[in-house]
Amino acid sequence: MNQAGISFIVGLIFALGLGLSGMTQPQKVIGFLDFSAWDPSLLFVMVGAVAVHAITYRLVRRRSSPLLDNEWHVPQRKDITLRLIMGAAIFGIGWGLGGFCPGPAVTALASGEIRAIVFVVMMVIGMLLFIKTEKYLPLKK
Amino acid sequence: MDINSAITPLIGGAIIGVAVTLMLFFNGRVTGISGIISGLLNSPKSDSLWRFTFLAGLLVGGIGLKLFEPSVFENTSGRSLGAIALAGFLVGYGTVMGGGCTSGHGVCGVSRFSIRSLLATATFIFFGFISVTIIKFVTGGLQ
Repeated sequence: MNQAGISFIVGLIFALGLGLSGMTQPQKVIGFLDFSAWDPSLLFVMVGAVAVHAITYRLVRRRSSPLLDNEWHVPQRKDITLRLIMGAAIFGIGWGLGGFCPGPAVTALASGEIRAIVFVVMMVIGMLLFIKTEKYLPLKK
Repeated sequence: MDINSAITPLIGGAIIGVAVTLMLFFNGRVTGISGIISGLLNSPKSDSLWRFTFLAGLLVGGIGLKLFEPSVFENTSGRSLGAIALAGFLVGYGTVMGGGCTSGHGVCGVSRFSIRSLLATATFIFFGFISVTIIKFVTGGLQ
């Protein structure tokens, strides 16, 4: 099995986890962000995922390198930038507005539902716009 | 809210935790979905294949869900197509600016206690709450 094959399997498992946990249903995400009618599902999803990975991350990183690569590609930055906070804020506004984040939206494309398709198309346009106009923004990397 | 409504999302979350662990163990990479997509838009072609196959895996998983449990794609949010379009744009723009989304910052970054990811996650949850609250207020749903 090569890296591309592993990535496929990871995507497959990830999609099943999203579906089982209810995260492909925007009303559950919106419900989590609505404290007057709170749906805690998303909190449990994050607790479940972090509980597993907080342990496995440390175990895996004891190795000198990943199994199929010569080096780790894990972000190491610790600096807090305006760009990080502004980006997260803009993402959060869109997340609350649509109830989709990137993973569930791509998974929901398989449903053929028009809202998932429109969301993903506009998401890619938003990404492209940022990439193309980044150099004009007064934000350091 | 009963115990079963906590257990299913906990198991779903644990499955996601296993998926991101496999990505780290074999490929040495963070499973950040916004980064995987945006990397296809500006990365060298040599770095594209694993990104494509990951997204293909998500889609095939989605097709499996659609075939066996189509209710997981119910969308009763009531958001208009225009709102969804704006939401998609903001999510795309914001995740590239902020270097991650719910998976990269929220799951992978929080798991390694990255200060950047913890702060980003707190920020997008806070602004998501503001967003939902304003929409509820504007649409007259705030009781």
